[in-house]
Amino acid sequence: MSPPRTLIDKLWAAREIVRREDGQSLLWVDRHYVHEGSFHAFSRLAERGMPVAEPGLTFGVADHYVPTRGSRHHIANPEIARMVRQVEENTAKHGVKLFGLDDPRQGIVHVVGPEQGLTLPGLLIVCGDSHTSTHGALGAYAFGIGASEVAHVLMTQTIWQKKPRRMRITVDGRTAPGVAAKDIVLAIIAQVGTDGATQHAIEFAGSAIRALSIEGRLTLCNMSIEAGARCGMVAPDQITFAYLKGRPYAPQGSDFDKAVMEWSALATEQGAEFDKEVTLDATSIAPIVTWGTSPEDALPIDASVPDPAREADEDRATYLRDALDYMGIPPGKRLTEIAIDRVFIGSCTNSRIEDLRAAAAVLAGRTSKVPGLVSAGSSLVKRQAEEEGLDRIFRDAGLEWGESGCSMCVGINGDLVAAGERCASTTNRNFRGRQGPGARTHLMSPAMVAAAAVSGHLADVRPLLAGRKV
Amino acid sequence: MDKFTKLTGAACPINQANLNTDQILPARYLKWTRPMGLGNVLFQDLRFDAEGNERADFPLNKAAWRNARIVIGARNFGCGSSREAAVYALYDYGVRCVIAPSYGDIFSSNAAQNGLLTAIVTDGEAAEIMAALNRAPELPVTVDLEQQTIVCGNRTYTFSIDPVRRMRLINGWDDIALTESYRDRIAAFKSRDQSERPWVVPRANAAETNMKPN
Repeated sequence: MSPPRTLIDKLWAAREIVRREDGQSLLWVDRHYVHEGSFHAFSRLAERGMPVAEPGLTFGVADHYVPTRGSRHHIANPEIARMVRQVEENTAKHGVKLFGLDDPRQGIVHVVGPEQGLTLPGLLIVCGDSHTSTHGALGAYAFGIGASEVAHVLMTQTIWQKKPRRMRITVDGRTAPGVAAKDIVLAIIAQVGTDGATQHAIEFAGSAIRALSIEGRLTLCNMSIEAGARCGMVAPDQITFAYLKGRPYAPQGSDFDKAVMEWSALATEQGAEFDKEVTLDATSIAPIVTWGTSPEDALPIDASVPDPAREADEDRATYLRDALDYMGIPPGKRLTEIAIDRVFIGSCTNSRIEDLRAAAAVLAGRTSKVPGLVSAGSSLVKRQAEEEGLDRIFRDAGLEWGESGCSMCVGINGDLVAAGERCASTTNRNFRGRQGPGARTHLMSPAMVAAAAVSGHLADVRPLLAGRKV
Repeated sequence: MDKFTKLTGAACPINQANLNTDQILPARYLKWTRPMGLGNVLFQDLRFDAEGNERADFPLNKAAWRNARIVIGARNFGCGSSREAAVYALYDYGVRCVIAPSYGDIFSSNAAQNGLLTAIVTDGEAAEIMAALNRAPELPVTVDLEQQTIVCGNRTYTFSIDPVRRMRLINGWDDIALTESYRDRIAAFKSRDQSERPWVVPRANAAETNMKPN
């Protein structure tokens, strides 16, 4: 009898075309998402005069460079306009479907894929973006790739990979009110470190993960890469199937029923072995914010930032000093005493309808003490939020309600945090200069960003939720 | 892709753990094509201040390391964004080899596709090589990929690298040609998979605006 298998083992085995003796396998790619940044790869295709091997399995989006304010069709910056035009031209030339600026379904690739039912359990999905790990939330094997690999997939619909090691992160117990998927994943990263899952594929398991909605699981898997893992995944279950049923590109009718039977068999079997196991107690997780320049610099909101003078390890003390200096925070300062200049709600991590509802629940009837931007993850999420009246809540609080795109997470569309400014942000990376040169980023959940907005400083959302329906 | 066998050159220590690809190449240069000079903006915000003046304390700005062919890094070098242009920037600056205890997975994969060697040593060895270079900045370092050795002064270290990446770098192989040789098996896989699992093919003509509420 064959040994019990993990979700990762099953996903891998089902996509393997060739296995070489040196450990490399050639895998079939079920979905390939491209965006403006894929231009390097399309140039390679042009140099070789090659077509896209499977245009029907390739989908384009305009997300990284699209404006969230002003005219989307007369982009003032010619370089940004060129980036958007290139993806339009490259996809049109190769017969690839594009969710472009004119499409009501346009949005961030990692929001659009699941929303449209393009992302399904059991599929192998790649995209030239490290946050492709997001799609694992539906039980897909999904990982980010570089431009050379994008070119290879465009030309062959396959990719060479070495099988990753298997890591299970089990989170059991009920989270407290005010604690979101973002807090769970920041707690994980703080525990394992930003390289804790390098060379591994993560399976997230446990009762706290099972209890998460698909939106929550997408947030969780999105940040797998911030723990070093190229992919993270959650075994598909009834929540997954209910989410997918009726989505435009998902299978319909008897095809859907057949698929659900196959998807139900993907879960890790009892007794299957992992190369690494980590466990967390969900009941002990508080709302979390980052204080430094790496996602592992994450602490519960009632904590204080570290003091380098009390750190015995010299390299670590140097790191703490540099990070605090960049962030403009005195050693040992309480997190709740750190004043902010701006907020951002958006990005592939936290821009789905549930995220917007969570932020709106805190902001309703209150005013933000700082300016800020809200950018829905897709144009459809934006429309739905408007139907629910959430845009009014954001506007009434004094925040800007923008169009959909990657926006201020990476700033390449021009939505920047100014040098020296401090931003409470629902994004995924608090790297130096990530939101703009000299920008200071604190990562947290949408509800925690809303709490920071109404307080003017980093703040615990829990007291602000008293008496509110969330 | 250029082959890599053996290299001797100036080696620049950059002792920062988790040095992510946003630091190697800031996002605002991702619009650039390679001929625009990505090497010139390598580590831009670490090398230069907001006014464009060199930061004297950044190692690559020191005279001995300006023309570095090798970078010695700390753990988790190249983590973060998948931007392959970070590898182009290092390569076009003149760097052919990074030596570090560990790398971001996507970065090391991208490096191997572009002739940039990512050699793995222990934390202690990386610290030792950095210390030797800080004592004698002009000390040349030799990296031999066939022998998997690093010679720094009177010390010789062995390094590890994925054997597949090693062969690819030594031979300057291109994956596309290799994959083409499996064309028939790919076609057979596709045909079998799509008949056994018809649901894997996305529905054509999915309605433009039909979306069930989230």
